[in-house]
Amino acid sequence: MTTEHAPIIQMKNIEKHFGAVIALAGVSLDVMPGECHCLLGDNGAGKSTFIKTMSGVHKPTKGEIFFEGKPMHFDRPRDAISAGIATVYQDLAMIPLMSVARNFFMGNEPTKRIAGMNFFDHKHANEVTMAEMKKMGINLRGPDQAVGTLSGGERQTVAIARAVHFGAKVLILDEPTSALGVRQTSNVLATVDRVRKKGIAVVFITHNVRHALAVGDRFTVLNRGLTLGTSQRGMITPEELQDLMAGGQELATLEGSLGGTV
Amino acid sequence: MSDNTKTKPSSDERVKEMSGFRKSLIRPELGGIAGTFLVFFFFFLTARDSGMFSPAGVMNWSVVSAQFAIIAVGACLLMIAGEFDLSVGSMIGFAGMSIALLSVSLGWPVWLAIITTFVLCMAIGAFSGWLVIKTGLPSFIVTLAFLFILRGLTIFAAIATTRKTIIGGVRDVAEGDWLAPFFGGKIFTGFFQWMGDNGWIETFSRGTREGQPVVEGIPMLIVWAIALVIFGHIILTKTRFGNWIFASGGDAQSARYTGVPVNRVKIIMFMFTAFTAVVFATSQVMEFGSAGADRGLLKEFEAIISVVIGGALLTGGYGSVIGAALGALIFGVVQQGLFFAGVESSLFRVFLGVILLLAVILNTYIRRMITGEK
Repeated sequence: MTTEHAPIIQMKNIEKHFGAVIALAGVSLDVMPGECHCLLGDNGAGKSTFIKTMSGVHKPTKGEIFFEGKPMHFDRPRDAISAGIATVYQDLAMIPLMSVARNFFMGNEPTKRIAGMNFFDHKHANEVTMAEMKKMGINLRGPDQAVGTLSGGERQTVAIARAVHFGAKVLILDEPTSALGVRQTSNVLATVDRVRKKGIAVVFITHNVRHALAVGDRFTVLNRGLTLGTSQRGMITPEELQDLMAGGQELATLEGSLGGTV
Repeated sequence: MSDNTKTKPSSDERVKEMSGFRKSLIRPELGGIAGTFLVFFFFFLTARDSGMFSPAGVMNWSVVSAQFAIIAVGACLLMIAGEFDLSVGSMIGFAGMSIALLSVSLGWPVWLAIITTFVLCMAIGAFSGWLVIKTGLPSFIVTLAFLFILRGLTIFAAIATTRKTIIGGVRDVAEGDWLAPFFGGKIFTGFFQWMGDNGWIETFSRGTREGQPVVEGIPMLIVWAIALVIFGHIILTKTRFGNWIFASGGDAQSARYTGVPVNRVKIIMFMFTAFTAVVFATSQVMEFGSAGADRGLLKEFEAIISVVIGGALLTGGYGSVIGAALGALIFGVVQQGLFFAGVESSLFRVFLGVILLLAVILNTYIRRMITGEK
């Protein structure tokens, strides 16, 4: 654990109101470099709003964001990306019709100058893409293979590899495993573990307690726009996490009738 | 999917090895290349003796193809960026009328009239692009509105100022202008004269132009078409901006999240489409010496059909400028070829509809192959 280090990102009492709707009513969270911080919560708990605030899509109504100890204001996603906060969205990671190499360098295209004009450096892009994919354990037919031919887990992995390659210090993963099969899920979890070991802070959003416990170092539970507390790995049982997420009582009775399998 | 299920041991066992044929099928230009061969083969058999492949005949269908190609390049890049422009035809009429009114009726120098028209039309293109992005409405609807607005304005402006819908006399005022020859002129005229003098190409044997070659040179229209195709192809496939065009059309939201300035890309593409429409209009006005309020009718659809024949997907994110140019060539050759072959020219529209259907079906099939959808 790296709790003795300074947190790379700190969110303090973040509030976000959409008109009359209070989506976040004061959420605090800090993330250390090299840790996987799981953000759990049921649908509508405010997870998505919260990470969108962190990644510059939304501006908080109240509250402060500290990045590497300094207060930060992100006006656009671009600002957060250049600061080193990368977000991988569940189904918005990749463009299926484009090749893996074109996707990998989307928004960060390498260029070379020929006769005073900047051209897309396809050779460099292809080489880097093949090498990075190999590191992540994905064998491509070629860098021009369309992303559409990859599985959902592989797409997530490509997106994560892309964020890491372009210098992300904080990697936000929005439900990366929710649409995946068992085997693909373990691939993505293994990727998360690999990324964390590089010293990158990972914010892992999920509503699956088992996926969270598999890779998480700390767990923060959101419910109805509020933080229900953060706990360390080993200090909380899956059942407790599950209860926190659901807000307690109702699920306990439901779980009883289902034999504790939820 | 195919039966070629041989797998390389090193690769993922679930990814089927693709045959070279299927791989080439995935290139967007394939339909265009095959179609071009077919069309030339057909007319070589049926219309060889009609003069279709004499210098004058070649020039005839080349000019028509070049007209299609110029607007197809704009429509192609815009479609790959995920948008449509149905106002191209009306823009052509509007631009032509603007040049004629400014130069003939208001007496402006022709170069100033042309430049003003370019600026005005590209501003209109930018405005319709901005509307599409701000309102989030489909570009189909927004530009359909502009189709009517621009056409109506064109007719109104012509009637209100001159009481006519056709304004002539542009050729007279364009005499000696420095910019007009870039649209209405011809290049390599000396070369063609020289070939005519040597008896290699046909010359007029009597009349005032005796001794001059029938084909005087390459019209600037063709030069514009070739230049725009090369420019568009390089931008799309070899630059960072090209990657942004693909990304904006492929999935605008994903592209935004990785930092691609999607709105800017789309607005620039709307402006570029307007630019190609004005190139078309200016060349036409300089060639005919007049502007008509009904010019460019249905051109937007012909441009879009060329692009679709060229392998671009109507849904955006995939396509090829070279393909679109081949689509335009097919168009020009068939339209003029039917005339040379002595076939009733109304059949051209039948051909248009049939080939559009075939192209769309083929493209859908290709897209499924690329993305592995069912």
